[in-house]
Amino acid sequence: MPAPQQLRIIFRHIDEPGYSNDLACYVRHGGYAMLKKAVAMAPATLIDEVKKSGLRGRGGAGFPCGVKWGLVDRKSGKPIYLVVNADESEPGTFKDRYIIHQDPHQLIEGIMISSFANNVKQAYIYIRGEMPHGARILEKAIAEARAANFVGPDILGTGYGCEIYVHRGAGAYICGEETGLIESLEGKRPYPRIKPPYFPAVLGLYQCPTIVNNVETLCHVKHIVEMGGDNYAKIGTPNNTGTRILCVSGHVQRPGYYEYEVGKITLGELLNEVCGGPLPGRKFKAVIPGGSSAKILRFGETFTLKNKDGSSRTLTVEDIPMDFDTLAACGTMGGSGGVIVMDDTVNMVEALANINAFYAHESCGQCTPCREGSLWMKKITTRMVHDHARTEDGTLLKSVADQIAGRTICAFGEACSWPTQSFVAKFGDEFKAYPETKKQPKTGGALELV
Amino acid sequence: MIATPKPDLVTVNVDGKEIAVPRGTNVIEAARLVGVDVPYYCYHPKLSISGNCRMCLIEMGMPAVDPATKAPIMDGATGKQKINWIPRPQIGCATNAAPGLHIRTNTPQIKDCREGVMEFLLVNHPLDCPICDQAGECKLQEQSTGYGRGYSRFIEQKNVKPKRTQLGPRVTLDDERCILCSRCIRFCKEVAKDDVLGFVDRGSYSTLTCYPGKALANNYSLNTVDICPVGALTSTDFRFKMRVWFLKQTNSLDTESSVGANTVVWSREGVIYRITPRQNDGVNDTWMADSGRDLFKVVRANDRLTAIKVNGANTSLDAAVNAAGELLKSATGAVAVVGSGRSSVEEQFLTRKLAEALKASTQLVSRVGQGDGLLISADRNPNVRGALVTGLIKDLPATKLTSLGAAIDAGKVKVVVSVGEEIAAADLSAAQLAKVAIVYLGTHANATSAAARVVIPTLTVFEKSGTFVNQQFRLQKFHKVVPCIAGAQDDLAVLARLVSAVGGATVAGELHALWRTLAAEVAALAPISFATLPDTGLLLDAAPYAALPFVEGDSLHFKPAAKPAAA
Repeated sequence: MPAPQQLRIIFRHIDEPGYSNDLACYVRHGGYAMLKKAVAMAPATLIDEVKKSGLRGRGGAGFPCGVKWGLVDRKSGKPIYLVVNADESEPGTFKDRYIIHQDPHQLIEGIMISSFANNVKQAYIYIRGEMPHGARILEKAIAEARAANFVGPDILGTGYGCEIYVHRGAGAYICGEETGLIESLEGKRPYPRIKPPYFPAVLGLYQCPTIVNNVETLCHVKHIVEMGGDNYAKIGTPNNTGTRILCVSGHVQRPGYYEYEVGKITLGELLNEVCGGPLPGRKFKAVIPGGSSAKILRFGETFTLKNKDGSSRTLTVEDIPMDFDTLAACGTMGGSGGVIVMDDTVNMVEALANINAFYAHESCGQCTPCREGSLWMKKITTRMVHDHARTEDGTLLKSVADQIAGRTICAFGEACSWPTQSFVAKFGDEFKAYPETKKQPKTGGALELV
Repeated sequence: MIATPKPDLVTVNVDGKEIAVPRGTNVIEAARLVGVDVPYYCYHPKLSISGNCRMCLIEMGMPAVDPATKAPIMDGATGKQKINWIPRPQIGCATNAAPGLHIRTNTPQIKDCREGVMEFLLVNHPLDCPICDQAGECKLQEQSTGYGRGYSRFIEQKNVKPKRTQLGPRVTLDDERCILCSRCIRFCKEVAKDDVLGFVDRGSYSTLTCYPGKALANNYSLNTVDICPVGALTSTDFRFKMRVWFLKQTNSLDTESSVGANTVVWSREGVIYRITPRQNDGVNDTWMADSGRDLFKVVRANDRLTAIKVNGANTSLDAAVNAAGELLKSATGAVAVVGSGRSSVEEQFLTRKLAEALKASTQLVSRVGQGDGLLISADRNPNVRGALVTGLIKDLPATKLTSLGAAIDAGKVKVVVSVGEEIAAADLSAAQLAKVAIVYLGTHANATSAAARVVIPTLTVFEKSGTFVNQQFRLQKFHKVVPCIAGAQDDLAVLARLVSAVGGATVAGELHALWRTLAAEVAALAPISFATLPDTGLLLDAAPYAALPFVEGDSLHFKPAAKPAAA
């Protein structure tokens, strides 16, 4: 069976031979035409088009972009800021960096259109600390765009002005959380803010209304202007419109990034056909479909979902379409599009130990459950893989995770507890058997722990 | 009473109990009003909301309305409006009272939340309560007992952090005990305006620390110790001195300036161990200056006066009062009385009586320093306004006794009575002091007591009860904390006997009896008695003194009236 065809919108020029990240090449490929089109439109119409497109945020939560723009407090008289979340830190996710590295002007055009639509005079790109090269590319691209009047005080002679600043993070996962990002941008520790009252749309950057959007999301805005919201909404499936980039890593033949219409490809097609299936002689064991914080799916499990007409359907893991809603209905999430595949050589306790080490290291430490819980879970799994596992540890892990999720200031509480909750729920037998497993002579190389 | 809520009141429902509270009231405070305890660590009523401890999680719901018609949706079973409960628990500290807000604190979910937070707070806590100064007044202990599971499932290694960091001259930090509530950080930033504290590192390894090269040295640093819910921040002075449950608490006042911060003095068996602020939302909120916490050390200072002396020889109180009486009567008309802005209202009243009996001039010595805009005002006497109210003085005092010096030089004054004032420091020369006979009532040895003909040792503010009038004209009372040291005499009794000895009308020398006289003779104090004066004080009418150029500037809860134009 042939692999399903990609629909490359955002990644149209990524890896294209001869395509470079400078302005001339971008303009040669029709770049900034949409900005010209947009500034001739009414901002309200632009927002309307984005609402009609049904575009959902590509950063992780899948929040409708048009709704987010609609929530912005436009009556306060304060300036409105646009903050571009380029702090792509979710393990398993590598999409934004390719946009930034290979097609930065696409992002800049998306930012400028969105800024114009929301009457934003200053936009910030908050780029991950570990991506210095990307920051340099963006700086250069912004300078080029400014020289060509695509960015700056008087864009394309319209009198509308907007500046873009690149702000480099210092290397913290929590800066990807929008209010943590805003705090960091203000020069403080990236402690996420309490909501209420600090909703970015009302009290964001410098206590002004602020829109925080993911890199990929803003790039989509450009294409929405190009196609019109209604036409864009025809791509993908209802309520899960457009395309999205899926970053496949782990135990498949051809890992990489692929752009598909949302919901038009199933997890099975993606892994078996697009990515070439498992490595020789191995079998898929589990997959995390949306970045390491998404709940893991176990191959072989089935999900019974309700249809709209009241009937129900049963899906295997391979049947799940890669969209927001079905993944959520299956108890996990589309998240940031980072698909992490594990085959039968992986011991789930050791894999969880790795994930827990990451989240314990990245917890900002502001609020109690996440601060103490994430490290406790790490200490438990580290102890387990270091020959002191107990049969009851799985139950304890789940109980600790249950005390975190839903009780923290930001979504990190869920991010750090969902892996543990789902690993234990779906591979509980492995956790129970782990003390015995450890006693047997090792066949493969043990996972090196951080 | 609250059947018909006023427009600014909203009715909220806490665990089924309805209460009307001002709109925007914090849920923790609203619940407190109906007797429901919502536990918390990071919340502090006088600081900004941080919401990080997650102890005050509550279930919250709003009455259901039809989104289209806004009509209430009724619950058929109960006949009441249906409540839409938010599935996720919310923090009480950041939830404000809105019309119809419903709160549940007694559900299994909330019990589980609290147990979870308690367990998390304790997993890396050293549990060194037996050697911890906070034991007995520790929120972690209290809430662990009230809301914890009572056992631990933690078998891993606890985090190791610095155990005794000297954050500043008066504050020692035990980082392992810290629960990272950020109260101290917010206090330094918002109240003390000295933003030196912060966290470094992240996650569970987060550590409270001072900005490199800086110290927590501001004059309000010990408030961080007071508000620390655990034993992380400790007073270097009080550390390891005494278990708090042995200490008796007595309400008192900070005497270092005319702000009159309300305090609690903690003592055991006649020894004072520490002073902490007492909440008075009209004066000092919940704060006080560090400098006021050391004042108790005067009680047992080496230079306390303990012997009654006449002409340098030890004698009895009777003999000293008689000697002073003879001396004063013989010089009637040539006596000057120096009262003190540090004396209580009652003492100042008796001082006035003494001066009246002797037809003596009265004066006070002013002490002026720099106000800090918070809880130390420019007037470093706690009770100058008391002297105005009791009629001891009519005008604001000067810092120097220049006119008294001139009167002595002119031979118009032969005897000076100093009630607790070190007149030698107020620009009276040794030659001037030598020209007069001095009757000195005071607590500590100084040049005046050395030069005095009659010396009667009296009590410090911690050994007696009385009242002060602060810069707001707020009459506030302080109570006797410890028994007086041997040899010291009660000021009121001594003054009353002196008044009698010089032929004045008999006045009571006992506080409560004296207050009946005060209430009868001083119009401003007419309806008041010492026993019924509330612990947060009473505001007196300041209007009669509006023309006086008081020295105080702005401070917490106080703005001086517009200065009268210079004459």
